[in-house]
Amino acid sequence: MDTLLEARGLKKSYGNVAALKGIDLRLMSGRIVGLLGPNGSGKTTLIKIACRLLQPTEGQILIDGEAPGPVSKSKIAYLPDKDFLPDWMKTRQLLQFYEDFYADFDRNRALEMLSSLEIPENMTLRKMSKGTKEKMQLILTMSRRARIYLLDEPIAGVDPAARDYILRTIIGNYEENALVMISTHLIADVESVLDEAVFLKKGEIVLHKPTDQIREETGKSVDEYFREVFKC
Amino acid sequence: MEWRFKEGIPIYQQIISELKLRLLNGTYPPGSRIPAVRELALEAGVNPNTMQRALLELERDDLLASVRTSGRFATEDEEKLSKLRRTLSESCIEEMTGRLRTLGLTDKEIMDAVNRYLTRGAGEAES
Repeated sequence: MDTLLEARGLKKSYGNVAALKGIDLRLMSGRIVGLLGPNGSGKTTLIKIACRLLQPTEGQILIDGEAPGPVSKSKIAYLPDKDFLPDWMKTRQLLQFYEDFYADFDRNRALEMLSSLEIPENMTLRKMSKGTKEKMQLILTMSRRARIYLLDEPIAGVDPAARDYILRTIIGNYEENALVMISTHLIADVESVLDEAVFLKKGEIVLHKPTDQIREETGKSVDEYFREVFKC
Repeated sequence: MEWRFKEGIPIYQQIISELKLRLLNGTYPPGSRIPAVRELALEAGVNPNTMQRALLELERDDLLASVRTSGRFATEDEEKLSKLRRTLSESCIEEMTGRLRTLGLTDKEIMDAVNRYLTRGAGEAES
């Protein structure tokens, strides 16, 4: 197992608001990790720094041993938490778009996943339902043969059946030695697919453990334990 | 079949229980091939690493055997299987007895109740 993502004393402030207050984290290959925390706990900030969409205020993050840059970007398949694709594009154009941008994009894998969704090839993104659009974006992301998958809220805002589809798409398609990080506050839905849970609270990591260890030690589900730790 | 997991018990342990049941109830007959890790993980909706961990544990107990390049197979060892059947049924009985005792039944009453149930059940099956 290799360390694929490592943060050391990572801090990020927006003006005088501290979003990350010194994160130390090591994530290994072959693991599915849940980045779990309520809204505003710093999940998206951490992911964006890893993708080099934000610069840290202090500290550093290493992706497969290197500072974020063009090389790390080619290794990370990133799913943002909001719509990010041009909505006039048709399915066919989206596939082409990804193929042009990413050398590791596997068109056949994408087609295979798409076939079960029954989306017509000439349908524009704009005409898709919210659930279908989220599935479409996830399929494009998971069709990359990446080292690291950073999925920011992949199941928020879709119905339970779509959530199930999305989680199965993730476990059925990630590269075996890749690192998958899923950020969410919907713990109950994801906990059976996670190897490890990272609890993020107000910009700090309050827990990082294997999920089965949490169940064993607390006699609770990760969801129940989360509710206890983050009780308002 | 839909897999359901209880709260507060490690998932790999619950997978092990389910797979043991499958070895006994004919889903995976002796000597049959067990689906691949990822396939099983998808079916159960769990992480492939967790499924792998459960399968390795069953291998260590010689209930499954891994044959290089051709996959994993259910044991054909009758002795192992009947021992497993005994263990699992004992834990069912233990649980039932425990519950009946908390209801205030004596062991004699439990025996009678079970006998009555079995006789009635057999009678219903015949009619």
